[in-house]
Amino acid sequence: MAEDSVITDEMRSVVGVESEPSVFEIEKGAIRRWAEAIGDSNPLYRDEEYARSKGYRSIIAPPGFFAQYAYPVKLGQGRVRLRGPFTRGLNGGNEYEFFKPIQAGDVLTSTTKLAELFERQGSLGKMLFVIYETTYKNQNDEVVAKARGTGINY
Amino acid sequence: MAKELFWEDIEEGTEVTPLVKEPTTQQLVRWAGASGDFYQIHYDKDFALSNGLPGVIVHGALKSTWLGQLLGDWVGEGGTIKKYGCSYRGMDVPGDKLTCKGKVVRKYVEGDEHLVECEIWLENSQGQKTTPGTAVVALPAKG
Repeated sequence: MAEDSVITDEMRSVVGVESEPSVFEIEKGAIRRWAEAIGDSNPLYRDEEYARSKGYRSIIAPPGFFAQYAYPVKLGQGRVRLRGPFTRGLNGGNEYEFFKPIQAGDVLTSTTKLAELFERQGSLGKMLFVIYETTYKNQNDEVVAKARGTGINY
Repeated sequence: MAKELFWEDIEEGTEVTPLVKEPTTQQLVRWAGASGDFYQIHYDKDFALSNGLPGVIVHGALKSTWLGQLLGDWVGEGGTIKKYGCSYRGMDVPGDKLTCKGKVVRKYVEGDEHLVECEIWLENSQGQKTTPGTAVVALPAKG
């Protein structure tokens, strides 16, 4: 490890450690507000009767909704925030994997772990890359989705 | 909804039907509220400038959400998105015309699933791919 590394042993020690679970309900109103905010008119995200006619219990969550909607929850509980000496942050990327539809009324439990930590010299100076992996299960203990996010601190 | 898309209908090189977005600062605020992402670089110009940014920028995760919409619209109700992801290589700003696009790179069968791998991206009005990514979707087969 280079002398001037911003990654400390303490930071390294939390890599791979699974967080305490966060529990959150997928709410109908939140799905509709989300669909309106992004400009997606798909009736599966808005019209409960329509969604039922397609075999769902209620309206379903659009792709990416689950991960982002849980964002404040994860920040508040159990997500390890690592920034090194930096105060500025950017989102480097997101990956989502879907296993089961997420429907309004589902109660999801997520756990997050820090998967990787590395530093790089970038256009904005030295940057710390923090990669998180989150697994989401529903009330039936089925894994419904996984997400991977890259945080860039500079 | 567009007419149902079948696995047999597509081949390598088939284009994903593009999706155009013209975000405003108001839309960024609405999405901040809907998602809970209140990082000030997305609505507070002074804050964004003091962070070394050119001004308020579009949330990365909002761009990834639009790429999800691109895929959802394209596969329709008969198909499913298995996975997708993107990286935020370039910043996008409100007021610009952003287009989500994609192209099929491979089609294959795995178990009983008919899968399609796509390159996806969001480009700005200059044609720069600010947000490149990949996706795998499952489509119904006529068989």
